[in-house]
Amino acid sequence: MLLSVENLGVRIGKVEPLSSLSFTLDRGEILGLVGESGSGKSLTAMAVTGLLPLIGGRIAEGAVMFDGTDLSKLPEDRLRPYRGKRIALVTQNPMTALDPVQRIGDQVDIMARLHLGLDAKAARARTVELLTRLRIPEAVTVCDAYPHQLSGGMKQRIVIAMALAAEPDLIVADEPTTALDVTVQAQIIHILGELVRERGLALMLITHDMGVVAQVCDKVAVLYAGRLAETRAVGPLFASPHHPYTTALIDCIPREGMARGSLTGIPGLVPSVMSYPSGCRFHPRCPRADATCERTIPETRTLPDGGIVSCHHPLGGDHG
Amino acid sequence: MSLKGTLNSIGRALRTPKGAISGAWLALVVLGAIFAPVLTPYDYDIQDLPNAFAAPSFAHWLGTDEFGRDLLTRVLYGARTSLSVSVLSISVSVFTGMVLGAAAGYFGGAFDRAVTIFVDLTWSFPEILIALILVAIIGPGITGTMVAIAVAYLAQFTRLTRAQIMAIRSETYIEAAKSLGARDSFILLRHLLPNSLAPVLVAGMLATGDAIILEATLGFFGLGAQPPTPSWGSMMSSGSALLFKAPWIIVFPGLAVAITVVAINLFGDALIRALDIKTRLREA
Repeated sequence: MLLSVENLGVRIGKVEPLSSLSFTLDRGEILGLVGESGSGKSLTAMAVTGLLPLIGGRIAEGAVMFDGTDLSKLPEDRLRPYRGKRIALVTQNPMTALDPVQRIGDQVDIMARLHLGLDAKAARARTVELLTRLRIPEAVTVCDAYPHQLSGGMKQRIVIAMALAAEPDLIVADEPTTALDVTVQAQIIHILGELVRERGLALMLITHDMGVVAQVCDKVAVLYAGRLAETRAVGPLFASPHHPYTTALIDCIPREGMARGSLTGIPGLVPSVMSYPSGCRFHPRCPRADATCERTIPETRTLPDGGIVSCHHPLGGDHG
Repeated sequence: MSLKGTLNSIGRALRTPKGAISGAWLALVVLGAIFAPVLTPYDYDIQDLPNAFAAPSFAHWLGTDEFGRDLLTRVLYGARTSLSVSVLSISVSVFTGMVLGAAAGYFGGAFDRAVTIFVDLTWSFPEILIALILVAIIGPGITGTMVAIAVAYLAQFTRLTRAQIMAIRSETYIEAAKSLGARDSFILLRHLLPNSLAPVLVAGMLATGDAIILEATLGFFGLGAQPPTPSWGSMMSSGSALLFKAPWIIVFPGLAVAITVVAINLFGDALIRALDIKTRLREA
């Protein structure tokens, strides 16, 4: 197993916005991490890449096992060799993820020069090859451009190129398509999927788009208010979701032939980290909630298909 | 801000009327200072007592001083002192201020607090006071003047750079660079400093004008370049006693200071527009 997050808990000051999160990810796999805003998706990404100190947070419990090493125990200077070289992050907003005063080529080159020790010429050759591979037309010309001269979709591909340049084993993509056009979104997701199959990368895809998840992911971890609701292989998850929250998320995807106005959201809001409800954190919005849900935190159960669900009253009948 | 971008901005500034006129004057002063030895037949330090107090004429365009030395020659050589002292000391000040401000803004913590206290302290005194104290400690002369000017303006550049760095530090591309394995020094040198350069450079340009005045002031008090080396300030100082007998002795170096400082300010103004900093500030 390349990445194995075990019982991860993140603290920022006095609050614990993410607790007891576990999932695994192997080479050649795509894991979708889904949930509404504020459910702890980006925090998970920062925990895996060791960037929590940037926002004043830290890993309070659990482990982030990467290729046999617990990253959560490593000090900053021993973590740096992993970043970019083994684990690369594709950030949320491509519009601001590139340095505005540096040429595109220089920004991508530096990855190969820094991590693979290539000289300027070899690095540029790799960059051009990589950009071409990501279907950027006239890659040589683009290398001489500044970020403001490119479109959003192009910029996101450049950001992905930077992440790929040092041939990492794991890519963490934090909502890589949120800021983009729908048409461009599909392209980017498609390219990411291809790269994973081709190069045997592991991809942790953070998104709130269940459509994207259904399209490319192999397995899914559904987060709600800083806790894991359900993690399953993608097929069974969509066929028979066990957690009521997963069901609600799936019901939010528009489908062909739906009657006008029948698309339902989930009533209520994601609770703030300052005021998580007692018991199951989803209970105030859950149609199946009862007194037990208000009082006790549901235990995680392993399903026959290897998935994990955390609910007192899961759907799917045979669990009570 | 790349070097090419900076040069482009200077080019754009020069194409505006304001930038062209002020740029022309500055070029004139700089060239005059550099080529002073070939431009005039006189020496700045050879006395010619029979010709003392000569009014402006064809032989002496700006007249002569109390020792019969040609004033134009002394104003040109004075430009050497004034310009080199102010440009050098402001350069040192800008460089040091950027290093201090960048480190304070990026690393924060105790170092940031120490730098901030230093900046606040120096900013609570007028620059001239700080300069006078430093010259008193180091001793009058060119070295003392340069150190005094560099320290007097240090706070300004430190504070400006620190603010710039703090604003840029939270940009996504900094987080991205860090997540892709860049060291702090790399992020600082390659991302933060280039992105905060433009406003600091303009501030440095404008401060150079102030520095010329400060240098002239120290010279006027006899604390700057020592005789016989001419400086605009010391020339005005010796002329002030002879204001009614030979007004040209104080008027011409005074004009040199005034016009040069105005030209620097106008050019800085044109540069701000060319760099588009004001537009960016308005948007922010």
